Amino acid sequence: MNREVAIIGVGLSQWGELWGMSLRDILVEAALAAIKDAGVEKIDAMYIGNMSAGIFTGQEHLASLLADYLGVASIPAARVESACASGGLAVKLGYMDVALGMSEVVLVSGVEKMTDVETDGATFALATAADQEYEVYQGITFPGLYAMMARAHMEKYGTTREQLAQVAVKNHYHGSMNPVAQYPQQITVENVLNSVMIADPLRIFDCSPITDGAAAIILCPVELAKKISHKPVIKISGIGHATDQIALHSRRDLTTIKSTVKAAQTAYQMANKKPEDIDFAEVHDCFTIAEICVIEDLGFFEKGKGGQATADGLTKLGGKIPVNVSGGLKSKGHPVGATGVAQLVEVYLQLTGVAGARQVENARVGLTQNMGGSGGSSLVHIVEVI
Amino acid sequence: MSVSKYWREIPHRYRLEAHKCKKCSEIHFPKRLICPGCGSTTFEQIQLSREGKLITYTIIHVGPSKFKNQTPYAIGIVELKEGVRLLMQIADCELSDLKTDMPLTIEFRRISEEGDAGIINYGYKAVPK
Repeated sequence: MNREVAIIGVGLSQWGELWGMSLRDILVEAALAAIKDAGVEKIDAMYIGNMSAGIFTGQEHLASLLADYLGVASIPAARVESACASGGLAVKLGYMDVALGMSEVVLVSGVEKMTDVETDGATFALATAADQEYEVYQGITFPGLYAMMARAHMEKYGTTREQLAQVAVKNHYHGSMNPVAQYPQQITVENVLNSVMIADPLRIFDCSPITDGAAAIILCPVELAKKISHKPVIKISGIGHATDQIALHSRRDLTTIKSTVKAAQTAYQMANKKPEDIDFAEVHDCFTIAEICVIEDLGFFEKGKGGQATADGLTKLGGKIPVNVSGGLKSKGHPVGATGVAQLVEVYLQLTGVAGARQVENARVGLTQNMGGSGGSSLVHIVEVI
Repeated sequence: MSVSKYWREIPHRYRLEAHKCKKCSEIHFPKRLICPGCGSTTFEQIQLSREGKLITYTIIHVGPSKFKNQTPYAIGIVELKEGVRLLMQIADCELSDLKTDMPLTIEFRRISEEGDAGIINYGYKAVPK
């Protein structure tokens, strides 16, 4: 008896180091773009994915602030948090709101304003996604946690340093075709291998950047979309959501993101799809090793073969399953709370055939994977053209 | 860090106190109120051994502000004899000598400082055996 849910419009703010724009400016910019794209006159509810506005900008209570500045105050609004998976979580809640019949038109957005603090401040804010008492206290950083996953993957499966670099090279190649990308410059394997060491074996070009940005999508029932939308009807057909232990050291296998495996199983089942049915995917490449683990955990490649698959070009535009054709977090940018929503924006552009130079041919079914921390939470969405 | 936030973790950080589930024998560090494995809420307090081996590691070249004066430093996941895994720095070791599976001893060490008016944070670090 749940209603099917469609995406009928999307919008992004500018992405980058936006010193002239505030948290409220970038969220409203993305929201207005999505509302215009959808052609709707009003929204009934809004969800905002945001990881840490309190630390990044000193501002909490985003529900009120952003409904106010969007000029829709009085509608129900909620800010939701699951670290870097906050955006993906907002999509799930917006979906539920429409599916349950509580709202007709819902704005799902994500936002992070990360450059109101200096790099140290941003590192501190991001580290709150790890276990404060038993990870961060000891001096670990997020690059450090993923570096350990990288070393474990390299030792267990023979993944090479060059294969990690190829993830970054590919995503920058994709990002070079995305006008929104924060770092659209193309890079080489050598650039990655000679870049500054951050946490051995990961270097700065293995890491996604600090970004200000927002993303928004408009959801409504599929039946309503068929009546009011002039574009192909795009349906969210599967949602998976799972958690895992927060501390990386509590997990027996450091080479797999269990919460992603679990979320993917749920999403595939709900959408009645298998990994081989997916035409392209936007995944959470916060670090190069993350993309390798995740393309295996989503079932696109056998465990341990993700590095080789990347080196063989299978995840590149035109390959077997293009991954992160938007440029991914690496090149497009990673405003943490916005990322999970921005992944859906890219999938929508691809499925409606307006992605320009980076368009995936015959894109019918797309998948997004968004995760928090070192994999303590994951969301997977499957989206398709009806 | 507030004194209470620091003080309540002292039994774990100074003495490696842990909880052993009375029903399934799983050991939890830090202690928990419910065993995630079997759901039991009764535990025996134990003290972990100070011997273990290195599961994996990284070398931090760009660290958080509190640790900037220590870079580059090694940090890794250590499995103690009881099978419990902890994250900690590996000290007194040439960075080039680090190796997965190397035997380690756990020592009581200074972890970080919080500046002129702040407290000094102590805890555990591993050193080569």
